[in-house]
Amino acid sequence: MHLVIIGNGITGVTCALTARRLRPEARITLVSAESAHHFSRPALMYVYLGDLRYQDIKPYEDWFWAENRLELVHATATGLNAATKTVQLDNGPALSYDKLLLATGSRGRRGIWPGSELTGVQTFVTLPDLELMTRDTRQGVREAVIVGGGLIGVELAEMLAVKGIRVTMLIRDARYWGSVLPPEEAALVQHQLDAHHILTRYATGLEQIIGDANGRVRAVRTTDGRELPCQWLGLAIGVEPNLDLAKLGGLETDRGVLVDEHLQTSAPDVYAAGDCAQLRVVAQGEVAVEQLWYTGRQQGETVAHTLCGAAPRPYRRGQWFNSAKFFDLEYQTYGRVPAEPVTGELSFCWQHPTRAALLRINFRSDSLAVTGLNVLGLRQRHDTWAAWLQAGTPVTEVLANLGAANFDPEFFRQYEKIIVADFNQQFPQHAVQLRRRKGLFRV
Amino acid sequence: MDSSQTLTADAPLPEVAGTEKLLLSLVALGLLLLLPATFDADAWRARWCFYAALGLLSAGTLGWAAWKYGRKPPGVHNHNLWLRASTSRGAVAWVTGLVLTGFYVILYWFSSPDDQGNFGPLNQLVHALDPVSQLLRNRPSDQWFLYGTFYTLAILLMGGRALWKYRHSPYHLIRTGVLMFFQLGFAFLLPGLLLAFQRPEFYFSYFWPLKPEYLFPDTVGYLLKDGGPGLGVFMVFWTAVISLVGVPVLTYFFGKRWYCSWVCGCGGLAETAGDPYRQLADTSRTAWKWEVRIIYTVLVVIVLLTALLWVGASGAVPALASVTQPLSQAYGFAIGSVFSGVIGVGFYPLMGARVWCRFGCPMAAYLGLLQKHFSRFRITTNGAQCISCGNCSNVCEMGIDVKQYAQRGEPIIRASCVGCGMCSTACPRGVLNLENGPREGRYQGSQLIHADSLRILS
Repeated sequence: MHLVIIGNGITGVTCALTARRLRPEARITLVSAESAHHFSRPALMYVYLGDLRYQDIKPYEDWFWAENRLELVHATATGLNAATKTVQLDNGPALSYDKLLLATGSRGRRGIWPGSELTGVQTFVTLPDLELMTRDTRQGVREAVIVGGGLIGVELAEMLAVKGIRVTMLIRDARYWGSVLPPEEAALVQHQLDAHHILTRYATGLEQIIGDANGRVRAVRTTDGRELPCQWLGLAIGVEPNLDLAKLGGLETDRGVLVDEHLQTSAPDVYAAGDCAQLRVVAQGEVAVEQLWYTGRQQGETVAHTLCGAAPRPYRRGQWFNSAKFFDLEYQTYGRVPAEPVTGELSFCWQHPTRAALLRINFRSDSLAVTGLNVLGLRQRHDTWAAWLQAGTPVTEVLANLGAANFDPEFFRQYEKIIVADFNQQFPQHAVQLRRRKGLFRV
Repeated sequence: MDSSQTLTADAPLPEVAGTEKLLLSLVALGLLLLLPATFDADAWRARWCFYAALGLLSAGTLGWAAWKYGRKPPGVHNHNLWLRASTSRGAVAWVTGLVLTGFYVILYWFSSPDDQGNFGPLNQLVHALDPVSQLLRNRPSDQWFLYGTFYTLAILLMGGRALWKYRHSPYHLIRTGVLMFFQLGFAFLLPGLLLAFQRPEFYFSYFWPLKPEYLFPDTVGYLLKDGGPGLGVFMVFWTAVISLVGVPVLTYFFGKRWYCSWVCGCGGLAETAGDPYRQLADTSRTAWKWEVRIIYTVLVVIVLLTALLWVGASGAVPALASVTQPLSQAYGFAIGSVFSGVIGVGFYPLMGARVWCRFGCPMAAYLGLLQKHFSRFRITTNGAQCISCGNCSNVCEMGIDVKQYAQRGEPIIRASCVGCGMCSTACPRGVLNLENGPREGRYQGSQLIHADSLRILS
């Protein structure tokens, strides 16, 4: 079997590694236009920051691919013929496949603003984006503007601020990442932005991008009519699937490449997974297009089983989890914590009065089963929370054993006692006794 | 994309502020003043320069650290390390490496006193410390006292910097404080006081096989004789019990970190003065292959040598003395001086601060075997949260490719890990944690991620 994978991001690579394990004899080829080797996309920011070099963000050393007989092709796939089962490349002969996986990922959305073609205006998703940003911020950038208050927006803010550039963020919502974070969490992130001298303008959008005589961005006009000078503009308003190849191959697409529950596209032996795939049927509470490192990895693994095995394996989203870091503030979430209250659910939110530490547990008002956790400035154990959420453990039981989920390093202040006391004050009818604290010799 | 290989070098650097320049010039001036302190023919002027140099170095280093880290909110700040010449093997790093290496060469081979008590090129520096030495040790200074003073000062000053830099982490605050305490108390003041009281200069924080002579027959005999019936016996007892019982027991509970990152002077220098260089450790598989080849060879050699020396001392094989003596000297030269000193510290700015600990130290090899096979210690990976960013591998001064384990959801159980805790600190997703859990299920990975079973080390 010859398995050809278009895209060497986390989805394509996870599929290749899983396929290699399942089918030791298979021929596996990874095609990528972006980079010769797989690299960690969330780590691109650290290369710009100077924390890491490009070679440090490669998850595997270069010998790894040849030793595991994974063929790497550094080329752009320019055509797909599902009838003859071939993929055309821009710099070599066409590749014939038995099975094909499209893991083409996504690119930054650019919007439709006038002036978005100016030098110094860009998105930040890919390695070429990083090179462009490196080139365009080397000299003469004193002020920068970022459009969008999400994860990429705050990454860009940190990158620029560390280089001594004054950053203004234009954020459409009334608070930071308002579609995801409840107000208390957003307020803590706001403290980080303030402490690092990032200017934020909420409920404000971009109106127009203004260039200078050399075709470089000079300023932006905002929706509230202000003109902000800037020599660099970052567009961080989300990402959109790369559909060029799928469209060339005549696959059915919508926002992404349409796939069934086995991640199969409209063409036989052609599959799609990761950022670029759109599920035709979506389960309750899930989304059709997910652009996350973790879901990309899950989809890559799932589709490998289908590609290699007799029995197709359906994709199951599984429990939600995610994490991020906002400047110096770490964020972890397990299960679902909606940004706004929902009926049938109660929310317990504890916050340290002075330190940057927050814990929020959502639970069913009837059964008390926990449904989600947010922590900021604290670390919680994923496996423990996964088990609690899976079993629908009552919040009272969870709080009594909260020490078991503490993943903070040794000697860090333990908050379980005051968290439980705070819970008992907020929910006296469910008062809890803390049974388990974190110990030096426990896991 | 080939051009991306140069991305790092191209990224912009922030402007260096005036205050930072000023504070760094204090450090530079302090270093420059060591030249007249060394070469000025006028002894008084040289001595004055020496203490002024130490003062400037101290004020400059501590002031710079407070300014650089104190102004910012507490957090992980490894920014621009790969962009600056001093911390990314640039010209400044090579010069620093040459100066350090040169100092060690002079110290080991060109500064022994002659008949007139002249310490070669280091003579003036050594004598500048006479008053301190008289006060502490009740005898004039020598080249080793000069070295000990520099070494301790480096740990204290750069330890101060580490305390500022890692002030958000109680683990690093306590650990750094303990390292500074052991260096100042157990490796500087106490040995000096012992000398002042006419006792053997003994380091209670160093053990066989890092300090192999402490279990050599000659040294044991000398300690018993010069230490007197009470203290001498205690010193031999202390060495033997810690080396053979304390090390396994403590390592069982806490991993090798209790020594390498909390007590040891070599570790102390690496964790403080070497902190700016931790990203330079080579994480490649090739480096790992050299590591296991060399370090276990050194361990075998020192175990055999110790055994041979005791057999020789017992008089059972009279011909042995002619072999063990040169062997012992060769070990002292090759391992004690060249490896642990010249290469171990001299190459800090080029290969990272744990070259000796990683490739050469027999104590680390011994502790490592215990940690790998008879310990509760592991670094736990938090479920499926790893994003393979590489920050953990980058800060690992032992060159462990930490992310290889983290991205598979596996715990990190490696003989070489010194448990400094930096991977856990640097991880932007809170994925890694140092734990002393029960031994059952110690290798058990997370159920939330399916590890590819492809090999990474072999």
